Amino acid sequence: MPWTRDEMAARAARELEDGFYVNLGIGIPTMVANHIPDGISVQLHSENGMLGMGPFPFEGEEDADIINAGKQTVTEISTTSYVDSAASFAMVRGGHINISILGALQVAQNGDLANWMIPGKMVKGMGGAMDLVAGVPRVVVLMEHTAGGKPKLLKECSLPLTGAGVVSMVITELGVFEVGQKGNKAGLTLTELAPDVSLQEIREKTDAEFAVGPGVK
Amino acid sequence: MAMNKIFSSPAAALGGVLKDGMTIMAGGFGLCGIPSALIEAIRESGVKDLTCISNNAGVDDAGLGMLLQTRQVKKMISSYVGENATFAKQFLAGELEIEFNPQGTLAERIRAGGAGIPAFYTATGAGTEIAKGKETKVFEGRTYVMERGLVADLAIIHAWKADPEGNLIYRKAARNFNPIMATAAKMTVVEVEEMVPLGSFDPDHIITPGIFVRRIIQLDKIEKRIEQRTVRKRV
Repeated sequence: MPWTRDEMAARAARELEDGFYVNLGIGIPTMVANHIPDGISVQLHSENGMLGMGPFPFEGEEDADIINAGKQTVTEISTTSYVDSAASFAMVRGGHINISILGALQVAQNGDLANWMIPGKMVKGMGGAMDLVAGVPRVVVLMEHTAGGKPKLLKECSLPLTGAGVVSMVITELGVFEVGQKGNKAGLTLTELAPDVSLQEIREKTDAEFAVGPGVK
Repeated sequence: MAMNKIFSSPAAALGGVLKDGMTIMAGGFGLCGIPSALIEAIRESGVKDLTCISNNAGVDDAGLGMLLQTRQVKKMISSYVGENATFAKQFLAGELEIEFNPQGTLAERIRAGGAGIPAFYTATGAGTEIAKGKETKVFEGRTYVMERGLVADLAIIHAWKADPEGNLIYRKAARNFNPIMATAAKMTVVEVEEMVPLGSFDPDHIITPGIFVRRIIQLDKIEKRIEQRTVRKRV
């Protein structure tokens, strides 16, 4: 059985470490906040200028001035601070955010990421995605393995890039890949399979070349 | 304190400032912390061919969307414009120009502009379309893209409270682009929710000092819209 969206989010949450400052993208990555392991305390960064983000408010307690980067109403917690947009991206670009978990349209075997535009379609803009993938040392992509039956893990991205060689890990409903950037570790390695997913199935649904890590059968 | 910074209305605060073809920075993120009353006054003035620098383009009937409806905007410099159908229609018809900047690059361009820094290097966008035509330089083995500081003729700002000197504080996530834009224009006009007497602020708590603020108006009505109302159930 491939992982559900919730199980994918839970797998990504296992990448979090105590004390981490974390940026979560929109979609499945947002669900990672529901799966933070016991005994681990992290602070969520929202690039519009909020650090230390709480859950959605109770009905009737929404405050138009407390929103996240998806423009959703959220709440303060005891650690919350607010900064301007330049300081918010100093946290990002300066490498102070430990991990960024975000979605993708395509990922290439060298860690290239495309998630901001499809030529010929209305382009909405990259928002903070290009800064996050360039500035955060560990970038984890959470995405469906295929789109419309076509692989999203590719030898080379065909869409315009959000960042070149920036992805550290890819989690899909079928498994987990590590992306090595340097030397003999360069390229993709399949490190985990979702329960009852075969290597054969992953090979059929992946265009990228990848090594198979020890313990994966 | 001889100089009076307090004006009676948004139109009065913008008096003598608006010109066709000018560049305007507008604070806010989505609909949070946007200078709505000043945008409305710009709409009523009829000034046109504007270049607007703002993270977003509002929605169809709020924020900078109000100036798109009346076709007063020639070009937007933004990071994300997803929530606006009017924008999409005018862009696809070739009536509106857009320059996308990564959000952090946009913020830093404004910060740099306000601080008198003409250009800086960032790794953001290296190896992507954003870097095309821009100078690059390698530092410690990594490629960085040169980006230019941004300045404007006018910055319109929304703050929470001001004193008569123009010292400002902001409320929660409504701060966003407002403090940096306040530094980066020839003329900065601020709308505030509340005027407070001189000496009310603890000087340690002031976010924007009055040196950056030329004109202030107090809003007579404060309407804050929520773009994505999300709540959780009480258990």
